Amino acid sequence: MELALSPEDAAFRGEVRAFIKDNYPAEMRVPNPETDLSKEQMLLWHRILYKEGWIAPLWPKEYGGPGWSITRRFVFEQETSRAGTLPPLAFSVTMVGPVIYTFGNEGQKKKFLPRILSGEDWWCQGYSEPGSGSDLATVRTKAVRDGDHYIVNGHKTWTTLAQHADWIFCLVRTDPTAKPQSGISFLLIDMKSPGVTVRPIITIDGSHEVNDVFLENVRVPVENLIGEENKGWTYAKFLLGNERTSMAGIGRSTRYIEKLKKIVKAEIRADDPAHLEFIRDIARVELDVLALEATELRVVAQMARGIDPGPAASLFKIRGTEIFQNITELTHRAIGNYGLAIREHPVSANHFMPGPDYGHTAAEKYLNARKLSIYGGSNEIQRNIIAKAVLGL
Amino acid sequence: MDIQFTEEQELLRSSVQRLLRDKYDFDARRKIVASEEGFSRKQWAEFAELGLLAAPFSEDVGGLGGGPLSTMIIMQEFGRHLVVEPFVETVVVAGGLIEQVGSDTQKQAYIADIIAGAKLWALAWTEKGSRFDLATVTTTARRDGNDYVLTGEKTAVLAAPWADYLIVSARTSGHHHDRGGVSLFVVDRRAANLDLQSFKTIDGRKAAEVSLRGVRGELLGKEGEGVAALEACRDRAIGALCAEAVGAIGELNAATLEYSKTRKQFGVTIGSFQVLQHRMVDMFIAHQEALSLMQHLSLSLGEDEAGVSRLASGAKSKIGYAAKFVADQAVQLHGGMGMTDELNVGHYFKRISSINIQFGDPAYHVLRYAQLDAAA
Repeated sequence: MELALSPEDAAFRGEVRAFIKDNYPAEMRVPNPETDLSKEQMLLWHRILYKEGWIAPLWPKEYGGPGWSITRRFVFEQETSRAGTLPPLAFSVTMVGPVIYTFGNEGQKKKFLPRILSGEDWWCQGYSEPGSGSDLATVRTKAVRDGDHYIVNGHKTWTTLAQHADWIFCLVRTDPTAKPQSGISFLLIDMKSPGVTVRPIITIDGSHEVNDVFLENVRVPVENLIGEENKGWTYAKFLLGNERTSMAGIGRSTRYIEKLKKIVKAEIRADDPAHLEFIRDIARVELDVLALEATELRVVAQMARGIDPGPAASLFKIRGTEIFQNITELTHRAIGNYGLAIREHPVSANHFMPGPDYGHTAAEKYLNARKLSIYGGSNEIQRNIIAKAVLGL
Repeated sequence: MDIQFTEEQELLRSSVQRLLRDKYDFDARRKIVASEEGFSRKQWAEFAELGLLAAPFSEDVGGLGGGPLSTMIIMQEFGRHLVVEPFVETVVVAGGLIEQVGSDTQKQAYIADIIAGAKLWALAWTEKGSRFDLATVTTTARRDGNDYVLTGEKTAVLAAPWADYLIVSARTSGHHHDRGGVSLFVVDRRAANLDLQSFKTIDGRKAAEVSLRGVRGELLGKEGEGVAALEACRDRAIGALCAEAVGAIGELNAATLEYSKTRKQFGVTIGSFQVLQHRMVDMFIAHQEALSLMQHLSLSLGEDEAGVSRLASGAKSKIGYAAKFVADQAVQLHGGMGMTDELNVGHYFKRISSINIQFGDPAYHVLRYAQLDAAA
C-alpha cells in the first residue's frame, strides 16, 4: 500500500531509496543496532545525511531543513524505516532542535542549531524524574537564580543515551509557589558542567540505554534559558507532540514480520500443527500493520490538505507499540528452546550464543520491547488523551 | 477442592520459607547469579540438610515420601524467591526418572547421592528441530558390550554446565519422529567425547549445547520405551514448574498492589485509577485460577490418576498464559522501574518467560490438551 504520489514525489522516493542503498554504512548493519553500536558508529549515518542536507526533514529551510512537503517528509521516513536504517538521534534533531528554532533567541539558534545538524552535539532529554513519570508537571528539579546563573539541583531519570551526551535539555522548577504547570522552565545544560553525574540503569535485556542524571549545584548561565522563565511547560508540550508523531513504526514492524516468517519457515516443520498457528498469528499481526498503515496514510493525506491530525499520534503510539510487542513475542516463541538464551552485554565475540544467527537477538528484543508501552507517555496515558480530546469524556 | 496441609506439609512449607527468607533474599540471589558458577553449592547443601532433596522421593529409595505435593510446596516458595539452583532438573526430573524406570542398582547408585546433595543432574532431550516434541530424536545410541555409545547434538540443556550426570534421550531404533525406539541413558557429564558450550539464560541460569561424539552411556529403563518415561517425567516437571509460576505470580501481584498504593501521579496513588484497579483484579483472578489448577494437578499427580498427562498439559497452558499476563501487567504498572535490572519485578518476568519455554510453551500444551481429548 502506497500513498498516491505525484510523478515528482514518486521520483523523490526513488532518489531516497537509491541514496540509502548506496550510502548506508555497512558497519551499522549489526544484529541489534540500538545496543551494539558505539557513539561514533551511530553518528556515521547522521553525518552522511547531514552532508546531503537531509538530516532534519522537519526543520524549516532557513534553519537547515530540506524544505520538504509533508508528503515528502513522510516518504523519507517510510523509506529510511523500511530499509532498516538507524534513525538519527531523535533528542537532538526531532526534539530539542524545533524547540530552539521555535522558542529560542537568535544567539541560541546560532550557537546550537548548526551543531545539532552536524552531529557535533549529542543531546539527551531531562524530563522524567523518580517522582514524575506520566505526571511530568510535578518535576522537582530546582533552578534558583544566582546573578547570571541558575543553580540547579535535582535527579533526572530514564535519560536515554545520556552516557554519550554533550548537552541535556531539562525541565526545571523555577517557581515553587506557582501551580505545577506554571512554575517550570526549559533549561539547556552542558553535560560537562561540574555537578553533573551520569549513572547507568541496566534494563532487563542486559543493555545500557538509559541512565540516572544527578544535578548537584550545577551552575547554568541564564543565557541557556529557552524563552521565558516559568513558561517551560508550553515548550515541553510542543516537544512531546513531536516525540509522539512517529511511533507507528510501520517500516520496522514490516521488516520484523518478514524476518519472523523466515524463522517460522526454518524452525517449524510444515506438518507441525504449530506451523498453522504461527501462519495465522502472523497474518493477524500483518492485518494489524496494514490497518495502522492505512490509518497513517489517511492522516498524512489529510495533513497534506492542511487538516489538523488531532491526537492521531496517540493512536499511532498505542497500536504501533502493541503491534511491535506482539511481533517480538511471536519471534521469541518461534525460536523455541533457543529462546532461553540471552546475549551478554556488552556484546563480545567471546560469548557463545546457541542456535542460528537469526535467533540471537530474539530474547533481548522481546524483553526490551516491554518498554514501548511505558515510555513516551504510557499507553494508559495515551488512552486518556484520546478519551478526553476525541471522545470528549 | 482446597488442600488442607498435614502437619508435616506445613512444617515443610514453613522451614523452606524460613530458609529462603533468611538466606535467599533478592540481594543474595543476585550475588549467587553473578558468581563464577552461577549457582550456590552452599545453598544446595542447605537444601539437602533441610531434607528438600529427599522430600518427593518414596521411602523405599530413602526419600521422605512427600510426593508431588511436597514438590509443589517447595517449588511455590522457590518461585517466590527466584531460586536458580537445579532442583527441578536434579530432583524432580532426573531423580524422578531414575525412581520411575531405573534398576535397583541404579536407584541405589544415584538417588542416595541426589538426596545427600552430592551430585547434580540435567536432562538432555531437546534437539535442533525437536521443538517441544519428546519423540523427535536424531541422537543415536549403538550397543557396545553392556554399554551404549551415543552420538548426536542436544540443544539448550538447562543446568548442564552444573551437572555431574546427564540423562540423554537417544534413538536405538526407528525414524526421527517415531514414538518407539527412543531410549534413555545416564552419561557422565565429564565423559570422553562429550563437549559443552555453555551460555546464560534469560532468567539468570546456565544451559549448554551438548555435543556427543561417541560417548559411553548406561541404559536407564527399557530400551525403546524412553518417550513414555519422558512423558510421565514431563508431567511431574510441569507440576513443579506450575507451582514455581504460581509462586512468582503471587509475588508479582503483591509487589504491584503495594506499588499502586504508594506510587503517586497527578496527586493521587495510581491504585485509585479505575483502569488499573480492573487490571489488578484480573491479575488477582489469574492468580486464583492458577493456584487452583496447580493444586488440582499436584493432587492428581500424587494419586497417579488416569488422564493426569492431559491435565498437566492443560495446567501448563492455562497457568503459562496466566503467568504471562500477570508478568506483562506487573512490568507495565511498575512503569520504567519494571524494566530495570535493579528491581525484582523484571526478574520474575524473565523467569516466567523461561518457564513458558521449558517442556513446551502454552500454545503447544493447549493443543496437546485438545488432541488427548479427541484421542480418548
